[in-house]
Parts: sequence; C-alpha cells; structure tokens
Amino acid sequence: MTINPDRLSPALRTEALEQILTERGLVDPAVMDKFISTYENDVGPLNGAKVVAKAWTDPEYRARLLAEGTSAIKELGFAGPQGEHIVVLENTPSLHHVVTCTLCSCYPWPVLGLPPGWYKDPAYRARIVREPRTVLAEMGLTLADDVEVKVWDSSSEVRYLVLPLRPAGTEDASEEELVGHVTRDMMVGVAR
Amino acid sequence: MTTPLLEVDGPAAPPRDNGELVFAEPWESRAFGLAVTLHDAGSFTWDDFRDHLVARIAYWERSHPEGECYSYYRCWLQALESVVQERGLVADGEVTGRAGELAERPAGHDHEHDEGHGHGHGH
Repeated sequence: MTINPDRLSPALRTEALEQILTERGLVDPAVMDKFISTYENDVGPLNGAKVVAKAWTDPEYRARLLAEGTSAIKELGFAGPQGEHIVVLENTPSLHHVVTCTLCSCYPWPVLGLPPGWYKDPAYRARIVREPRTVLAEMGLTLADDVEVKVWDSSSEVRYLVLPLRPAGTEDASEEELVGHVTRDMMVGVAR
Repeated sequence: MTTPLLEVDGPAAPPRDNGELVFAEPWESRAFGLAVTLHDAGSFTWDDFRDHLVARIAYWERSHPEGECYSYYRCWLQALESVVQERGLVADGEVTGRAGELAERPAGHDHEHDEGHGHGHGH
C-alpha cells in the first residue's frame, strides 16, 4: 500500500509517534499527562514567578514592589488588563496571606495568567473567608497555629499578589533558578 | 515545577494567552507532552530540540505555500519527529507508516467501545 503523507494530519502523526514511543517504553503516557498538566497550570504564572524571584534576590526591588506593586511589576514589562492596581502582600514566618474575590473572580492576569477553576468556584470564594485554615488544609496547606492567616478580597480596583517566603535551601540559587520554585498557588496564597 | 525550559520571547517561544500556554487542538498538547517527557527521560537535550524547532520555523517562514497559516505546533511536531529519528528512536518512514495505518481505521473507531475502555491517546 502506498501512503500519501499529505493525507496524514498532524493529529495522526502525533498519535502514531506516541504509540511507537510508548510501545518501546520510551514514553509513559501517565508521566506525559502529568507534564502536560503541570505546564498548563504552572507555566502561565511565569511573569509572576519572575517578579517574586527578583524580589527574593534584590532587596531594593523588593522594597519598591511592596511600596508600589503596579509600577514595580511594570518595570519588568508586565502590564495589561486587570493589572492596573496590584498590591503585593509579603508573607512572613508568622503571617500568611491568601487571596480570594468574593463577589466575582478578579485576578491579576498580567502576572498570574488566567485563574484556575477553583478560584472561580463559589465554594472557595465563600468558605476561604469564613474558615481559611480548613479550606487551606483541604487544599494541602496545613498552617501551624502560631501562623496568622489574613484573607484579602480582590475588587475591581485592587488585585493582590502574595510574595511567598523564599524556600529554605535556596540560598545559593540564582534569580533564574528561583523562578522555577515559584508556583501560581504560592502567589494566590493557597500554597506556602 | 522544574526549571522552565520554554522560552518566553523569540521564535521558539510557544503561543500564550495571558501567560498560559495555548493548545488549539488536543494533538498539540500531546506533541508538546511528548517532547517534554522524552527530554526529561534523557532522550535528547533541550538545546538540541530547540535547534530543530528554530530550524523548522525558519524553513516554514522561507518556503511555506501561499495562504498556509502558521502553526507553531506543526513546526514543533516536525522538530520532534526529526530529533527522535536523528537519535535513532524511530526509523525513517516509521511514523508515516503507522499514521497511515491509523488513518485506515473505520470512522468512529474510538467510540465503539464501552465507557471505561481506555484508549490512551487523549481524545
């Protein structure tokens, strides 16, 4: 049988390639699914991660970021709709910030990409205000009793970005390497 | 998340919307995932893959047929096919042959089974 390669769509070629590589044990589809979802979920907030990594390594930038978030973020070239007024909230060992938007789902797009599904979920929006520790624990973040939790409600005027604590053991990491340690969930405050 | 491999600017940067990766069709995310998974398993270096990708994009820009729309992931898939062939992971013509077999399946082939019969190819 002669095959006309022009008839073969990229979808068919991709499926064929995946089959062959899976049969040879070169690709595990489950591992691949995990990579895809990681990139879909965590690469979006790369701009925010760059802001955080710079703040972790440059004390003067950190001071500007905390004093005037919007202009400090703009310095790195990130601006746009829903990013007009961003306030940066600094986590400390004894204080944890978490962001919601009880009335709608306002979110700082230029730094965090599109909001994840749960952020828009009415249950998250209502419950994180009433019982933040419980909701955070359900999402995998159990905070010690001596850590104060502050919940911030975004509005059409103000968006919030959490500046997480620099992870332990990253003292020697460069700014570029640190970007890889910052996740969207840390910058919304549902991870620490 | 591991160190980001993907470029943010330049020809090799994948399309994004509001910072998120954009996949227009399911095969695009599969092709994307294949490259990332193979790289992670040490099948090729990212620089190597990127060189193939940049070359494919440049080739398309030079010589694409009149009226054909640019597709980043079409170039991505071509780069992936050439890098796996160069590494000897698949033989010349093997992907075309297998894709041809897949094209011969009857219409609706993947909807004939009962629910729960996994197909493993992300439709």
